[in-house]
Amino acid sequence: MKWRTVLLSALIGCLALFVWQMATMGTELPAPWAVLKVSREFLSDPFYDAGPNDKGIGILVAYSMTRLAAGFACASVCAVLLGVLLGRQPVLFAALNPYIQILRAISPIAWMPLLLYSVKDSGLTAFMVVFMASLWPTLANTAFGVANIKKDYLNVAAILQMSPAKTLLSVILPAAGPTIVAGLKISMGSAWVAIIPAEALLGSLGLGYFIWNEWNNLSLTSVVFAILVIGMVGVGIDFLFSKLSKRLAYTD
Amino acid sequence: MQTPLLEVDNVSRSFPVPGKKERISIFSNIRLKINKGEFVTVVGHSGCGKSTLLNIIAGIDKADTGAVLLKNREVNSPGLDRMVVFQNFALMPWLTVYQNVRLAVRAAYPDWDKGKIDERTRAYVEMVNLKGAEDKLPAALSGGMRQRCGLARAFSVQPPIMLLDEPFAQIDALTRGVIQDELIRMWEESGVTIFMVTHDVDEAIFLSDRILLMTPGPDARLAETVEIDIPRPRKRREIIEHPAYYAYRNSIIKFLSGGSAPVPPGRSPLTP
Repeated sequence: MKWRTVLLSALIGCLALFVWQMATMGTELPAPWAVLKVSREFLSDPFYDAGPNDKGIGILVAYSMTRLAAGFACASVCAVLLGVLLGRQPVLFAALNPYIQILRAISPIAWMPLLLYSVKDSGLTAFMVVFMASLWPTLANTAFGVANIKKDYLNVAAILQMSPAKTLLSVILPAAGPTIVAGLKISMGSAWVAIIPAEALLGSLGLGYFIWNEWNNLSLTSVVFAILVIGMVGVGIDFLFSKLSKRLAYTD
Repeated sequence: MQTPLLEVDNVSRSFPVPGKKERISIFSNIRLKINKGEFVTVVGHSGCGKSTLLNIIAGIDKADTGAVLLKNREVNSPGLDRMVVFQNFALMPWLTVYQNVRLAVRAAYPDWDKGKIDERTRAYVEMVNLKGAEDKLPAALSGGMRQRCGLARAFSVQPPIMLLDEPFAQIDALTRGVIQDELIRMWEESGVTIFMVTHDVDEAIFLSDRILLMTPGPDARLAETVEIDIPRPRKRREIIEHPAYYAYRNSIIKFLSGGSAPVPPGRSPLTP
């Protein structure tokens, strides 16, 4: 029955395009056709580099992705380590959980003025925004996953007299792996959501910067193109994490 | 007199009752001695605390009072010298059969090279007749095959004593017999000492040198010892024809059902 899903999906896409076309008719808003034209232009030479403020879309995506990867990687390492600690220490977890819930609810963009004032560097601020956005879902999921590891596995590790490091690598991380990756996936999603406004506000080269620049140029067609790119990259990232989570999944 | 390999000395364990100050005793002042090479089984009702006793010996659970001595030395934490075979197998589900056994071998012999570790692993995977299933994940195996893997993991370390926690309870009856035969063969060949808990009387008689009977909890006791004086090797089909078999069986079952009045003949317990 897969072809029925595909058919339905295509139908919904066509309907969306039709609604888009109808809604933009007689207005200044970009119609599908105009966006397609602009997209072809942008994509025909995605890696051109004509000075510090004029680079191809491919280079801008690369900038955003690098920033994302750096902040995400640092945050994930911290979140997993702290999450394992909290997962193994139920009292500490319970004590910290309300604070984690509060911090988690704060948009990372809200920290920006404070960060910018403290570190006085837009690049570092963007990195920290991504860091803050990536931290909480992974932390919460890791702590939850580790706290719920079947006691048997840890008993086996203890019987085999594994060192704490060996227990972490051979038992705790693989056992909590699927839950951790689910957290990483949410973290990556929220980091990708946060990086666009951060770049726009900070003027750091990247997709967010591009979108704001095109808004200042009053080129809404380019803005829509950028929106589509953001969506596509997001889907791509998500796909990678789905692959990873399939790899780590196990049936008990 | 021979010094026992394992000694449980006056061990007591209690659990807190939710919402109350006093604790409820699972068992108190348990004493038992197991000699090297013996196969000793504790038989009791579910919930009498026999698994808790096993866990205390394993070091997974802590006694309130008393001590567990292995070769005259007190043991408080889990270790490779007391490998456990679990009722629910406790295999790492993300590792294959081979990797599960190898994990134990590597942990037990940290200074061995790869070749030696693999050699030992392969030998034990084959010993439990899992050749051909090495690369399968536990989820793809039947309960019987999973427990074979659990046995291979425990035996591969060559511990002085093995603790078997209702190892056959989750295995279908036909496979159970086959694996029991395998267990006895490996026990005889390795000279390992085995402490098992079970509620299956036939299994206990077939496997054990000595059966300890545990009263129902709370405050359970090891009330009686039954020496199973049936010569080995024992055959599953022949053992039931041994003159002493039913005597053992009846006395154990009588003990286990002690206190409850037998249903009068001709009356179903369901119709008053």
